[in-house]
Amino acid sequence: MMRLPTHPLLIVFTVLVYLFLMGPLVIVFGAALSDTTFLTFPPQGLSLRWFERVFEITAFRRTMLTSLQIATMATAMALVIGIPAAYALNRYRIQLPGWLSTVFVLPILVPEIVLGFSLLRSVSVDQNVPIFTTLLIGHTLLVLPYCVRVISASLASFDFAVEEAAISLGSRPLKTFFTIILPNVRSGVIAAFILAFITSINDVSVSLFLTGPGVSTLPIQLLAHMEQFFDPTVASVSVLLMLLTVAVMAVVEWTLGLTFLAK
Amino acid sequence: MTRFAGWILSLPATALVALFLVLPVGATIAATFADPLGITALYEAFFTSGFRRTVLWRTLEIALITTFFSVIVGFFTAYVVARASGRVKSLLIIAAVFPLLTGVIVRSFAWLIILGRNGILNSFLQWTGLTDAPISMLYTQGAVIVAMVYLFVPLMILTLVGVLENIPEDVIQAATSLGATPAAVFRQVVFPLAVPGLIVGAVLVFTGSFTAYATPALLGGERQMTMGTLLHQQAMVSFNWPGASTVAAIMVIVTVAVVLLMTRMARRLNPMAT
Repeated sequence: MMRLPTHPLLIVFTVLVYLFLMGPLVIVFGAALSDTTFLTFPPQGLSLRWFERVFEITAFRRTMLTSLQIATMATAMALVIGIPAAYALNRYRIQLPGWLSTVFVLPILVPEIVLGFSLLRSVSVDQNVPIFTTLLIGHTLLVLPYCVRVISASLASFDFAVEEAAISLGSRPLKTFFTIILPNVRSGVIAAFILAFITSINDVSVSLFLTGPGVSTLPIQLLAHMEQFFDPTVASVSVLLMLLTVAVMAVVEWTLGLTFLAK
Repeated sequence: MTRFAGWILSLPATALVALFLVLPVGATIAATFADPLGITALYEAFFTSGFRRTVLWRTLEIALITTFFSVIVGFFTAYVVARASGRVKSLLIIAAVFPLLTGVIVRSFAWLIILGRNGILNSFLQWTGLTDAPISMLYTQGAVIVAMVYLFVPLMILTLVGVLENIPEDVIQAATSLGATPAAVFRQVVFPLAVPGLIVGAVLVFTGSFTAYATPALLGGERQMTMGTLLHQQAMVSFNWPGASTVAAIMVIVTVAVVLLMTRMARRLNPMAT
């Protein structure tokens, strides 16, 4: 940004802020690995028994699978409908009305918990749509804005004259899309997929009202578990989720570089 | 053909939003004005109940305090991050992205371990001899606010790093070459140019904390009910659907009002607007 001296107090402040950001996550690791039921200071004993407990609890296994299923399906659906929308918004910017891009901001504007509650009211109860389908619709809406925005951003610098040239040389529009457009937005698609997937896996507010017999997601199950027991299994699940996040971030770092997330 | 191509390509996504977001949320809000007792009956019921009024004010208060601290902490941190370079900078950005990608449950649970009666903070205080009995820190407004600030600071840092990096280098150089001290550059150039971005970030934090569920549920519990936990309680515990719909409608109204007001303000305050 600029070459001005940074005040030493600001640097001290920043160090403290990052300790504040990282400390609690380190403590969760400590709780998962501690031998005792409560994490005490100073910590006593190391053990992996809470991780073993996680895999003994069937509810965690089942909801983890549901979460992965919903995240994969919702992200795939959002990409399938989001990529054409992002393409249209960029390619036909002049012909399309301005309010159309606002449509894809709406899911951000409406509180997630209200979306979940309204889907339960209208879609699940009034229309008798199965709860799993309603949950999937909710998650697709939750991640759609990410997909449209990230892919729009990667299309913004694309020169559509290239596409015109291909078409004028006799390439079919659909074939042109797959051979010219998609390879150019590949990194955007990967970024959108990852952001959407992680958003869906971690979601509480949309899923809160959309659980039923045999259908629940991992975060909702964790909430329910915490209301009944206070034991470090939740810390172990948290650690497993964090390791998943680290793995995903490592993949992103190798393929795209993480800086795109800060855009 | 090309005239319709744009419409056809964006139709599936638009239809999904219209059918499953606009219609259901619209129906929820419409239902609150369609009470047999009259158009405003449900709202009168909400505002005459002292308990629900308290919940609304408490939620607004928590959201405002959370926004204030997140903006302050986020801004000064982003200022340092934006001016760092090379490896240090990428490390600082990654360290802000990681908590953001860690779920809200994990991050709220962390504070449950820290602030609990047998939590790490209490056992640390007793170990040092500062206290001789556990202090109750959970299920207080402070606990909810600390966890919420923790939730939103990374978002604020990343948003504002982007804003600060967009400030043109030559504007700052011009100010410096005209004899402005670093403090004056910060006060008269950097800060005014960052205000629109600050407002956008503040809106994100305010609406996010006003409508949060998991954090107040875990750290505030029954004692510190907020709009989010009240909505859940009305719908799933009391099965009072009209009451729940009213809470949902008030949430939407407040969110939309804040977003519209603040984005308009951000636009007006933007000195770089063309």
